[in-house]
Amino acid sequence: MRKLLVVLLGLVLAVPVLAKEAAPAADDPVLEKRAMALAEELRCLVCQNQSIADSHAELAIDLKNQIREKMKAGMGEKQIVDYMVARYGDFVLYRPPVKATTLPLWLGPFVVLVAALAGLFYYLRRRRTAAVEQPLSEAEQARMQALLTSPEEGQ
Amino acid sequence: MSRARFLIPLAIFAVMVVFLGVGLTLDPREVPSPLINKPAPPFELQQLHNPARTFSQKDMLGKVWMLNVWASWCVACREEHHTILEFARSGAVPVFGLNYKDERADGIAWLERLGNPYQLSAYDRDGRIGIDYGVYGVPETYIIDKAGVIRYKRIGAVTPEIVRDKILPLVKELNGNA
Repeated sequence: MRKLLVVLLGLVLAVPVLAKEAAPAADDPVLEKRAMALAEELRCLVCQNQSIADSHAELAIDLKNQIREKMKAGMGEKQIVDYMVARYGDFVLYRPPVKATTLPLWLGPFVVLVAALAGLFYYLRRRRTAAVEQPLSEAEQARMQALLTSPEEGQ
Repeated sequence: MSRARFLIPLAIFAVMVVFLGVGLTLDPREVPSPLINKPAPPFELQQLHNPARTFSQKDMLGKVWMLNVWASWCVACREEHHTILEFARSGAVPVFGLNYKDERADGIAWLERLGNPYQLSAYDRDGRIGIDYGVYGVPETYIIDKAGVIRYKRIGAVTPEIVRDKILPLVKELNGNA
């Protein structure tokens, strides 16, 4: 039954009329929207590939209620995120902060992109130079002439 | 160049093997706790066996102690229970429990059935203190030093190896230095 209520929670967002059916939801739709937007940004540690907004794990439900409570108490998004990070670490953030340890994460894709572009550039340039006509040396010219004329002689 | 070409898939394969190999040795459930070397979050909770009395982390200042978060519904708690019992019996440090999101009667019955390693358990019915301690998967175990600072956190069951290799050396160090 409780699970069902939680499932309804998602619907409640779209249909405020149902709000009274989902017990844990805040009565104020604006606040609820803010709370859920923030919950989308936070990873559920019990089921790590879900945000706490998506998750029905008990801890995620508790944390959603914490977010609502803190918003009601007038805390801002930043403060609530700090509260979560202080307890669960940067890992709860779906957008990890830029710092020394996360630099490879942030810059890695660009490094790969630059490397790929450099590789492509190099490859295209080599292909172009390879396709350019090379003038024949004198010896080659002579051989070519010989090859071109010899069959006629043979006939 | 064309001779080296057949090596490319091999090279890609080798790189993947290295990455996947490293990935296998990592446990994504083991999230580094930001609480290490931070003061243990304050709480004052009813005792599991005696609602009239409370237990607070402040009561333990001046002692090195273990806080073990458990629940009667938690399977891994059962798995580690024997190890916790042994550790408590060894008397290395006092062991306290935090009964997390449990029914009081269930918690008490569980301890009666399986043995009670705890000096006492604090009763965290709604899991609020658990949130302050960053609990997300019971059991979790903390070693807290004399100044009330968390020095070690284990997420998941404590094994005899962890007691031997991590907890006992740390406890010895913490008790020796002050």
